[in-house]
Amino acid sequence: MFDKLKKVFSGSEEPKEQVKKETQAAPAAEAKASAKPRIGYIHLSGCTGDAMSLTENYDILDVVLTDLVDIVYGQTLVDKWIHGTYAEEMPEMDLCLIEGSVCLQDEHSMHEIQLAREKSKLICAFGSCAMTGCFTTYARGGQQGNPKHESFVPLSDLVKVDLALPGCPVAPEMIAKAVVALCEGDMDYLAPAMAIADVNEACGCDLLKYNMRMGKCSGCGACSVACPTRSINMIEGRPISNTDRCVKCGSCYMTCPRHWLPLSQIKKETGL
Amino acid sequence: MVLGTYKEAVSARATDKDILKVSQDGGIVSALLIHAIEEGIVEGAVVAGKKDGEKWRPEPGVAMTKEDILGAAGTRYTMSPNLTALKEAVRQNGLEKVGIVLTPCQTLALRKLQAYPFARFVADKVNLAIGIFCMENFPIAALDTFSQAKLETPKDDVDKMDIGKGKFWITSEGEEKGLGLKFTHGYEQAACNICSDYVAEFSDISTGSVGSPDGWSTILKRTDAGKTIFDSAVEAGLIETKPMDEVKPGLPLLEKLAQGKKDKAAKELEKREKLGLKVPLVL
Ligand SMILES: Cc1cc2nc3c(=O)[nH]c(=O)nc-3n(C[C@H](O)[C@H](O)[C@H](O)COP(=O)(O)OP(=O)(O)OC[C@H]3O[C@@H](n4cnc5c(N)ncnc54)[C@H](O)[C@@H]3O)c2cc1C
Ligand code: SF4
Ligand code: SF4
Ligand code: SF4
Repeated sequence: MFDKLKKVFSGSEEPKEQVKKETQAAPAAEAKASAKPRIGYIHLSGCTGDAMSLTENYDILDVVLTDLVDIVYGQTLVDKWIHGTYAEEMPEMDLCLIEGSVCLQDEHSMHEIQLAREKSKLICAFGSCAMTGCFTTYARGGQQGNPKHESFVPLSDLVKVDLALPGCPVAPEMIAKAVVALCEGDMDYLAPAMAIADVNEACGCDLLKYNMRMGKCSGCGACSVACPTRSINMIEGRPISNTDRCVKCGSCYMTCPRHWLPLSQIKKETGL
Repeated sequence: MVLGTYKEAVSARATDKDILKVSQDGGIVSALLIHAIEEGIVEGAVVAGKKDGEKWRPEPGVAMTKEDILGAAGTRYTMSPNLTALKEAVRQNGLEKVGIVLTPCQTLALRKLQAYPFARFVADKVNLAIGIFCMENFPIAALDTFSQAKLETPKDDVDKMDIGKGKFWITSEGEEKGLGLKFTHGYEQAACNICSDYVAEFSDISTGSVGSPDGWSTILKRTDAGKTIFDSAVEAGLIETKPMDEVKPGLPLLEKLAQGKKDKAAKELEKREKLGLKVPLVL
């Protein structure tokens, strides 16, 4: 099933040449000390929206943070960062959530992402900037702060990514459900997130290319619900995406029930 | 099960004459939504409203009162992306409890939005999803073809459109005209050809005309939420019912049509797959 999933999600794209895609499984020794998964959170070129979404899960956050996982690395959630304080070295992690795209001209980011790959069993592209580049795709440099910072690429352009959660930002409930699935080892629920791990581009026109043009669009309107920038209008039962507003987050096509339909999960949740 | 999972099937009709005057069939959708609003079960409902001055062009909208619901009653046989107005209901109107009427494909879309909530805090606000039976849907231009070109009546002059007994019917100035379904065949949108759900299998409660006598509706109570609201509307005297096995043609016809739709969709999917075209991935 996994292979089939992968084929569908990565569209017609050919696998890209990867510079450094070897996963180096982190030694499990340290993880054994506490049975809780060791999680890291790396913040690259993103707006902190994904971290804020994560913390919006007030009702489960305290339980998650105290009982379910150990946050072992990160500059936002814990003050442990190799370029900051309290972390000389990056620790081994079971899962490293990475928010934001990678600035090719920023040596810290380039170093941190490679290191994260070495130290993490799983890397999750957390949010659309990490997954597809999202609105950082439009970056062109020349800003006063650091004019040379001009190229921002999705994580999977540089390292192997194991799962991806799109969203601009990822929705809080999506995060909560993914965390619960991770803790419970519900790999069926996470299968779509794993299958899209190396999808590195998205656009509102995916709906046109992969859905409407394939005679699949029924005019349900779910894509327009998912669009965070309201770039999708429904005209005579078909989506039309305003490319000037589209930030290339991928939420619309991911949401389209005619792209993939989680029927087993729907049965489970509705009891029908 | 070819009709999906359900607790109970009944034939029913609204008792309120105001509803029956404007409803498509037994007025069950409108009666349930009005009851849900009046009882505070939902704060508002998402329906396929009518675009100003163009009565056959649906415009998804948020209904807050009985008047709003009645204004949107009746079927428009063209796509109405009702989910778009769900976002409006939640974001603009700030509703926390929403009722919604959905075709089967839209019901699946809602359930996917709930199962994988890529859109933050929208789909979780629905606490009543009413599904309507649906065999196919048409681009609005097809409605012109049927009424104007084939039945020689401009669609603005048409008071009611209906599909039943093998024909597409229009009523205009009290006169009924029917067009054999073999003439409407081929005008439906291509997506309907791969749709295998006739009876909104994942709604809280589904309803349609097939199976019940004229003016009555067939109801499938599915979830607890769906059963509770229906039973309470019956108890309040807003809906009258008849046992399903006492009405003609009854469930056998519904089952036959539902199975037929599944078979046709499976064939079409196979055909498309053979051509190497993308088809929906069902997990
Ligand atoms: C495209 C289409 C095809 C259908 N095919 C069948 C069929 O093959 N067999 C069958 O038994 N029934 C079918 N129905 C359902 C039937 O026409 C009635 O809508 C249903 O029986 C409800 O009737 P009612 O009197 O209870 O609802 P009413 O009280 O009249 O309310 C109907 C509700 O449906 C909403 N609505 C109207 N048009 C649309 C639309 N295009 N999309 C979404 N919502 C809409 C209205 O806003 C209203 O709230 C179909 C409906 C549609 C929209
Ligand atoms: S159309 Fe909207 S949802 Fe789709 S990729 Fe663009 S911004 Fe994202
Ligand atoms: S979600 Fe998919 S099927 Fe629904 S309107 Fe958008 S493109 Fe069409
Ligand atoms: S036949 Fe299926 S796809 Fe077509 S409008 Fe009805 S429910 Fe949607």
